[in-house]
Amino acid sequence: MNQSLSAHQNEDMVDEARQGVSALGFWLYLMTDCLLFGSLFATYAVLRSSTYGGPGGRELFDMPFVLAETLILLTSSFVCGLVMLAAKDSQRKLVMIGLGVVGLLGAVFLVLELTEFTRFVQEGHGWQASAFLSAFFTLVGTHGLHITAGLLWVGVVMWQIHRKGLTHGVVRRLTLFSLFWHFLDVIWIFIFTFVYLLGVI
Amino acid sequence: MKNHAKSFWNLLTGFLLSVTLTLCAYLVVIGHAQGVVVVLVALALAQLMAQLVFFLHFGDEQSPRWNVLAFCFMAIVLFIIVAGSLWIMYSLNYNMMTMSPDQKNMYMQTQNNKGF
Repeated sequence: MNQSLSAHQNEDMVDEARQGVSALGFWLYLMTDCLLFGSLFATYAVLRSSTYGGPGGRELFDMPFVLAETLILLTSSFVCGLVMLAAKDSQRKLVMIGLGVVGLLGAVFLVLELTEFTRFVQEGHGWQASAFLSAFFTLVGTHGLHITAGLLWVGVVMWQIHRKGLTHGVVRRLTLFSLFWHFLDVIWIFIFTFVYLLGVI
Repeated sequence: MKNHAKSFWNLLTGFLLSVTLTLCAYLVVIGHAQGVVVVLVALALAQLMAQLVFFLHFGDEQSPRWNVLAFCFMAIVLFIIVAGSLWIMYSLNYNMMTMSPDQKNMYMQTQNNKGF
């Protein structure tokens, strides 16, 4: 067994190790992001009944609308998973189409969310109107900011695939993006449950 | 996609589980069920597990399972932050509520003079 590895095999091992390290590093970042959202959730939980005489969740939230947002984000997460499978098969065209769908669904989600925010503000229920609204806008808005960053990221990844193809580096960054996108969907589960659903009971 | 049959079915399972759990939670609320809070929390946790395992491949790594360790540590700290905040704010509100407005003013003034 005195065979040394070929240069190509060596490179593959290094790339695989690099991807494992990157994924763990990014996962650690995601864990800290969880704590950030955790403190925003705790704040919201404390302040949710402080409506200063104004409307609470029950009066403001449009539930079918929120369900639509939720299912859209969930579907984009599912498609992102499919994209990763296609990437493993080096199916460049499928990856590009899939990422396009992810970006599109994410953009639709963001537009819906901004529509909801605008409606609140225009009706006089902006983030300055009560503690409940401050907490709501901060929590849901932070999630929306993360989604926006994710949309920028997917654009960059698509550009990189277009220019360089599915190289090891590109696939590594694509993997990290997919971790980020799944994570945002997980956070949304909790926003959906604790802000919207528990808000209208 | 032939080689990825298992992965694809895992992904699909995760997705369908998540949709089902979302719809269950939604219908429970819209159907005006009572005692709903516990059910909703359970559904959210179930969906969290489904998405963790099927989308984020949590638990797939062989030992040393750094992902799992980091997640557990995060969960502990998160619990302390959230439960601790709720406990503190609840007892603050409770302690303030039993005082009359005058007592509250006196209390706040003495605390102020002490430098709090």
